[in-house]
Amino acid sequence: MSETRGDSVSASSTIEPAVRVETKRQPLPPRERLQQVFDIQDLTAIYGSKPALKSVSIEVYRNLVTAVIGPSGCGKSTFIRCLNRMNDLVPGFRQTGTIRYHGQDIAAKDVDPVAVRRTIGMVFQRPNPFPKSIFDNVAWGLKVLGMKDNLAERVERALTQAALWDEVKDRLKASALSLSGGQQQRLCIARAIAVEPDVVLMDEPASALDPIATQAIEQLLHELKSEYSFVIVTHNMQQAARVADMTAFFSISRGEEGQRWGELVEYDATEKIFTAPSDKRTEDYVTGRFG
Amino acid sequence: MSVVELTSLQRPNDRLWRRRAVNRSMEILAWLAGAIAVAILGIVVWSVAKRGAGELNWALLTKTPVSFAIGNEPQGLANAFVGSLVIVGLATLMALPVGILVAIYVNEFAPRAIRNGVGLALDVLNGIPAIVVGIFVYGLLVVGRGPSGFAGSFALAVLMLPLVARATIEVLALVPDSLREASLGLGVPRWRTTLGIVLPQTIGGIVTGTVLAVARVTGETAPLLLCSSIVGNAVSWNPHHALFSVPLAIFELSESPNPADHARAWAAALVLLMFILVASLSARWLATRSRRKIMRAG
Repeated sequence: MSETRGDSVSASSTIEPAVRVETKRQPLPPRERLQQVFDIQDLTAIYGSKPALKSVSIEVYRNLVTAVIGPSGCGKSTFIRCLNRMNDLVPGFRQTGTIRYHGQDIAAKDVDPVAVRRTIGMVFQRPNPFPKSIFDNVAWGLKVLGMKDNLAERVERALTQAALWDEVKDRLKASALSLSGGQQQRLCIARAIAVEPDVVLMDEPASALDPIATQAIEQLLHELKSEYSFVIVTHNMQQAARVADMTAFFSISRGEEGQRWGELVEYDATEKIFTAPSDKRTEDYVTGRFG
Repeated sequence: MSVVELTSLQRPNDRLWRRRAVNRSMEILAWLAGAIAVAILGIVVWSVAKRGAGELNWALLTKTPVSFAIGNEPQGLANAFVGSLVIVGLATLMALPVGILVAIYVNEFAPRAIRNGVGLALDVLNGIPAIVVGIFVYGLLVVGRGPSGFAGSFALAVLMLPLVARATIEVLALVPDSLREASLGLGVPRWRTTLGIVLPQTIGGIVTGTVLAVARVTGETAPLLLCSSIVGNAVSWNPHHALFSVPLAIFELSESPNPADHARAWAAALVLLMFILVASLSARWLATRSRRKIMRAG
């Protein structure tokens, strides 16, 4: 679709996107009126001796959906797993730089990763419900974290927010493993939001799901972002265009000796990323001319 | 390429014929090896059953031995069965919690270097001959205090520990990391994750490993000979005293000049053998069940 345009056309002119950006989304307020959740400066992440991510600096805003897009191996997952210290579980992982979360550097050594994960929840690529009943999947975290008052109400609220309540209210005692993949993923979302986190990180939450289940989860993001802030990794550009207010495009850089690492190329309002990106690499990626 | 294969399928040449012959003879050899293993087990079971079945009766399990039997007084080995039950039961109580904790530490908490080190230590411990463990416990607990069922239990517990720990490590490794991440991602501490999410998945596997370990040590003779022998004929449940046991009974009765004692030794051997067969089969059944459960959860 971009063949007719010459290479001389500057990247800042309006391009025809491979992806339709939904227009019903409310316009973003100016950046200075947005409240910061994360202020990340110069984040570098290394597995063993292999750098996965180099000097990423980015601000994430409250009550928005922030999408992280980019080709495979660009460090998208590594990036969001840094935000709740999930990478601490990987042997040989190191990171430098600061991740200020409401002002506090959560990348610092003396910060307890358990406390970080307590307020920054996560939904994973593959649905991973506990092999327990539907009710216990949501209730277990609440019990362990001491939120035992009004347990049944909290579970119902979380399941309702995750748009799953009507489908499971008659079989809360049934095993979570009896649910379909899409239902399991919504259960995982319910489990994550039941413990009232501030931010929910989602690592390709719909990549293992069919289009209808995907749509249900995207709908959810629209409805829940007034209460939470979301950071969602996706390799599906349509998805980013549909759900995200802000979009960060990561790409792979290659060193002289064949090393590869991910880096942040461009970060802007989703509309801008998909219609008028300022970097050629972003344009190539969102127009499907990935080079 | 497919053309060549087609022609060779239609017209087998010499090389193909040879390959088929080698293949066939290897198959037969492998089948034979398998058949020999099964046959050996069959012969052992059959010969023990043939000699022991005659003396296998209720009295064997309920009556005690009579030292100077007059006539056909019913005799049994109740003291040996009770002794084995107490000794192996106590050994399990000692080895199980330690084995599980070792496995949890190794699989859930230890850095990789320590993990390999402990794994090696468990393998070495597993390879130590029972008689060496026996003499060690003899020096530790029996010298100066006299033999006791407890000393025997401790020796058997040392033998059970690597078996239980190894089996538990194996099932812990089967639990998918995605489950651990799910729990840790909620902000649940590691130990709660281990206790609440990981361990419940592995109970079937731990039971399997324990049953196999029990089956293995119930027949151990050498440590008990050193630590819990020289006993009376009465049934005793008290591990502070030396307790008789089934393997020792088999050993002692088979040394006796009295053919009736030999028959009872065979009967006791048959009981022991049946116990081990049943234990192994149920362990296997449990293992398949729990493995299926863990896989479903992944």
